Amino acid sequence: MLSLRNIVKQYAHHRALDDVSIDIPEGKIFGLLGPNGAGKTSIIRIINQITAPDSGEIYFNNERLSPKHIEQIGYLPEERGLYKKMKVGEQMIYLAQLKGLSKLEAKKRLNYWFEKLDISTWWDKRIEDLSKGMQQKVQFIATVLHEPKLIILDEPFSGFDPLNAQIIQDEILELNKNGATIIYSTHRMETVEELCDNIALINKSKKILDGSVKHIKRLYQNQTYCIDLTATGSLIDHQTPLYQLDELFSNDDYVQIKIKINPEYKLNDVLNFLIPQAEINQVKEIIPTIHDIFIEKVTQTHREVHEQN
Amino acid sequence: MNKIKLIIQREYLTRVRKKSFLLTTFLVPLIFIGMYVGVIFLTKKSFDESHSHVYVVDDTKDVMNKLNSSKNVSYLNENQDLQKKIQNLQNEDGKTSILYIPKDFYESESVEFLSNDKPNLAIEAEIRDSLNRIIKDKKYESYGITAEIRRSIKSDVKIKSKEIKENGATTESNTEIAMGISLALSILVYISLFLYGSQVMRGIIEEKNSRIIEVIISSVKPFQLMMGKIVGIGLVGLTQFALWIVVSVILAGVASMTLVSKEELANQMMNNQAQQSQLLSNQGIENSSSTISNESIAEVISLLQTVDFPLIIGCFFIFFLGGYLIYSALFAAVGSAVDSETEASQFTLPITMPLLLTYALSFGVLINNPHGTVATWLSFIPFTSPIAMLVRIPFGVPTWQIVVSAILLILGFIFTTWIAARIYRVGILMYGKKASYKELLKWFRYKS
Repeated sequence: MLSLRNIVKQYAHHRALDDVSIDIPEGKIFGLLGPNGAGKTSIIRIINQITAPDSGEIYFNNERLSPKHIEQIGYLPEERGLYKKMKVGEQMIYLAQLKGLSKLEAKKRLNYWFEKLDISTWWDKRIEDLSKGMQQKVQFIATVLHEPKLIILDEPFSGFDPLNAQIIQDEILELNKNGATIIYSTHRMETVEELCDNIALINKSKKILDGSVKHIKRLYQNQTYCIDLTATGSLIDHQTPLYQLDELFSNDDYVQIKIKINPEYKLNDVLNFLIPQAEINQVKEIIPTIHDIFIEKVTQTHREVHEQN
Repeated sequence: MNKIKLIIQREYLTRVRKKSFLLTTFLVPLIFIGMYVGVIFLTKKSFDESHSHVYVVDDTKDVMNKLNSSKNVSYLNENQDLQKKIQNLQNEDGKTSILYIPKDFYESESVEFLSNDKPNLAIEAEIRDSLNRIIKDKKYESYGITAEIRRSIKSDVKIKSKEIKENGATTESNTEIAMGISLALSILVYISLFLYGSQVMRGIIEEKNSRIIEVIISSVKPFQLMMGKIVGIGLVGLTQFALWIVVSVILAGVASMTLVSKEELANQMMNNQAQQSQLLSNQGIENSSSTISNESIAEVISLLQTVDFPLIIGCFFIFFLGGYLIYSALFAAVGSAVDSETEASQFTLPITMPLLLTYALSFGVLINNPHGTVATWLSFIPFTSPIAMLVRIPFGVPTWQIVVSAILLILGFIFTTWIAARIYRVGILMYGKKASYKELLKWFRYKS
């Protein structure tokens, strides 16, 4: 769908993007992750053709990205804003027209959306008379009204109460089901696993990780398990080449251990070692969350930079 | 192109639909007409108020008979003794005073004027004129000069200034009227350039602050948005001017219909004709003051007819538009570079300096010597020509100069817009960065 190749963006004092390549597959929800100031906004602005990269190429459906693609992209910026003095309906029609919709078509679709989100009574209200959450809802509609093939959402849930956040999330999923590719930019990881098929992690102007969520998690599985057991005999001897004990919690004969199995061994080997000594109640693999991976990768690059200095 | 049209449409409609637009459209002509009426009314009133009664204690027993009461001063003969009258005067109101004419008035040529408070200068002047006339008449008489002779030696030279045009024909011209129109144009252009230029700036700051800019910029090019805004607000300005002209004409029409009845109008016409024929037959004879004022009004009207209003209005629109485009582009650049209006002032002052300077000069050098070196140069430089050229036009400017100045203005507009657009495209996406001149230069140099 969208392919960024070797993008470099240089500002006067710093390099905002350093040789970043990203592939966004069609019909997926793509998480663009990274801490503040990593370069996410620069990438989004380049995709929106607000700014141009110093070098590198961007392909939209295998065509060089050009102004004609603007109408196929919908963009919800992190910093929301609308003309405060303008009426909701009027403003929506104006924004839709700028995206190439006819006035009639814009009206028709607005009626559909306003009814769907139950905000039909807002048509003649001024933006400044709406609450912040209401404004966000209006702006979300403005983003998707022209039925873009690529929707870019920069922190779409900020400013919403949980109820409305859920409504917006459902709408995003529905748009995705109907064929839209979605770029979801955030530095909040909770929703990423729930929503994203693929992610790219940007830090310090560089892409440090990308791929499907499943693949990345598998990559970061490091044979860590949590095992509940009841000791049958004396104390279990954890002095073994099989694993390292990370945590131990015990209450009478109930024991919970968190272990990291050493690379040359498997879970089966560990179980074989433990079963004679205890009754196994539960074995759970600890899969790293995207959050953990994010923290790990970001602090790791941080360390590297420090060491280099 | 279609998107620029949409932007222009929005900028135009949101402003024209505002209540404040309607208000200014109708209020400004009303205020002007109101001021005009007010000035006339107040002048009239001050005349009424200054009317005073003057008791004349005449020791010559001759002067009093020659004093004629006018609408400002009523002379009352007073037979009482001077000292007694002075005592009485203290009990009367301020508008009453005593003129004491001593016996040796014709020789000493001095009188005493006594009043409760400080005497009104206009009244004093009128009394002085009347007394001077009486003395003069007396002296003429003593030298044996009759009224007949005096009438025949009275002369009144009229200068009819005519300008030689390029084609050799001469036209009547009047410097005072040209000056008046020049200054009016200077003020009008100066105020409106500021007004609409800062509207452009405010609009951009609003878009930047509300962050809608990012949404719009993802749909249209920054240049389209900037030009759309400039053109849209320019059209608002033109609409405003056009409406002012229409409203003023209608209001003036209504006012003259209601205030001046038809009979009065007809009377006046008759009077004018009579006076004109009178003028023709007894040229040089002193007429009453009313005839003179009517004559000068007729003269003003005939002179106004020589003013080339279509040319002036046409040039006004050209030079206002040109100046507006140049300055609004600069205002747009400033608006994009700052986060608030207060921050903008450090940039608006330098960019509007040429405008301010020309405006100030228009009251001096430009108007006194409209075809001098300074005026001519200023009317060619695009940053100053919107005011300088308009100041010169009522005095008659060769067509080639107007054309060259207009072309330079267009070139200036293209140049400033090019600079402004380069700063604008970077500035609108910069938040919280304190813009300095160095920073602006850097933005200007960025590749797109």
